[in-house]
Amino acid sequence: MTDFSKDYQMMLDAYEKAEGNPAIFKDSKIAHLLVHKNNVIGKHLVPGIIVEPKETKDGIDIKLKVLPNNKIEFPIHLCFGILPKEGIQLINIDAEVGENSKVILLAHCIFPNAVKVVHKMQAKITVKRNGSYIYNEVHFHGEGGGIEVVPKAKIILEEGARLETNFQLIKGRVGKLDIDYEVEAGKDTVVEMVAKAYGYGTDKIRIKEKCILRGESARGIIKSRVAVKGEAQSEVYSEVQAYGRNSRGHVDCVEIVQDKAQARAVPIVDVFVESAKVTHEAAIGSVDKKQLETLMARGLRSDEAVDIIIKGMLK
Amino acid sequence: MLKIENLNLKRGDKQIIKDMSFEVPDGEIFGVLGTNGAGKSSLAYILMGSSDYKPDSGKLIFNGIDITDKNMDERARLGITLAWQEPARFEGIPIIDFVLLGSKEKGHTLAESYMDNMRLTVSEYRTRQVDKTLSGGERKKIELASVLAMKPKLAILDEPDSGIDMLSQEAVINMIREIKSYGGSVILITHDEEVVKIADRSALMCSGLAFKVGKPKEIIEYYKEHCKPCPTKVYPAKGESK
Repeated sequence: MTDFSKDYQMMLDAYEKAEGNPAIFKDSKIAHLLVHKNNVIGKHLVPGIIVEPKETKDGIDIKLKVLPNNKIEFPIHLCFGILPKEGIQLINIDAEVGENSKVILLAHCIFPNAVKVVHKMQAKITVKRNGSYIYNEVHFHGEGGGIEVVPKAKIILEEGARLETNFQLIKGRVGKLDIDYEVEAGKDTVVEMVAKAYGYGTDKIRIKEKCILRGESARGIIKSRVAVKGEAQSEVYSEVQAYGRNSRGHVDCVEIVQDKAQARAVPIVDVFVESAKVTHEAAIGSVDKKQLETLMARGLRSDEAVDIIIKGMLK
Repeated sequence: MLKIENLNLKRGDKQIIKDMSFEVPDGEIFGVLGTNGAGKSSLAYILMGSSDYKPDSGKLIFNGIDITDKNMDERARLGITLAWQEPARFEGIPIIDFVLLGSKEKGHTLAESYMDNMRLTVSEYRTRQVDKTLSGGERKKIELASVLAMKPKLAILDEPDSGIDMLSQEAVINMIREIKSYGGSVILITHDEEVVKIADRSALMCSGLAFKVGKPKEIIEYYKEHCKPCPTKVYPAKGESK
């Protein structure tokens, strides 16, 4: 049997450096799954959830099930990472949140030394009737920039279900990011998808989020906040399609551009039924002048003020 | 002491500020009264050093230092600050942090005391941010708390009372008096003659000109008689000469 105790400790150290609290991995009330490359090096479950990880050649397949009528009290902590400079990690997630169940997942993705690392996630998630699924994904990268992050997810919400996704990559170089999330939202569902990223150097950010409001009175918002500087590039595609009667959608995109960076925002809104309504707002450009001058009038230098504004926006 | 010498700002064909000169000594509340479009806010931006409001000519001297070419943050570090008529909203900046951004002293307890001064109930606002969810009046009070926390030598307050509820108007007056109490000056910009009553001196502004400077009482009388409603929309009103 392979001894992963060294990897385990190194992952915990990296997790702590990334401002995580390693004590949660020793707390019996909190479920967790700790994966280094394609090795499960830590796992703890709590009643109401089933997690079946299966190691594959280049990653891991995870079956996650929240049993019906279960409200998982504490967030499930997932920690994925590759500590060496090179490596590949392919993660397939097949998740189901049972009827009337509620779960929060907090995924930390840690790649502090990446020079040539690929991290891909392919998720298929179903949230059953009146279920709630909140997925927070926080990345901690090093300054090498040699990483490719490709998270893709197809999510189905049954009647009355709720989904929140929060993707955050604001610490360290982005490298190359390519998000592709698609949600099919049934009757009386609520969807909120938020993505935040801060690119610099030659980072490339591509965020594609799509929300299909299929059911009556479905509600959906896609929010993205991106800042790019240096020679970084950003493309944000936010799409809401409204088919359901009285469905409501909104797209909200802000991208701040500095130096020679480039940004593009493409909000796509489609309405296929008269009683539905979808709105969008997008702002791309330099830092808002009034915000900047408000802070400068308190004595902050221009660069300090920009830093505070961007950090606030990405918070 | 702020000395404004022959200040001019032109935009296209329009003279926004015309050959303006006056002084604001330390510890003085100086009112700038005028109708909408008189150039009051433009004057505020010029004094603060906004990059879009560089004067075409004239000089600004603050405590013996020529600040005409100094940037906004440089002026702020000399002790000048501005409370905007419609302050900016941010994302992700807690009120409690914003209040002390320009203050040399730090600490949440201190921030809370300034919020309390402006009638911002600490328990209600402690966890909120300076964002779009605030009403105009709430945002204004946060702006004024932040100005007060900076302990400025010169505070330029652009319509500080507008949008603020009646109960909090007194807090605005107290805040202005507090700045005066430690020897700071206030340029109090307003279109409301009631507000300018607390000033030590005041200027009446019309079409970019500070064409009358004197005791608030006489400025208010003139303003009521000649400017409400404005008969000409251009200076000089009713045949007044400069």
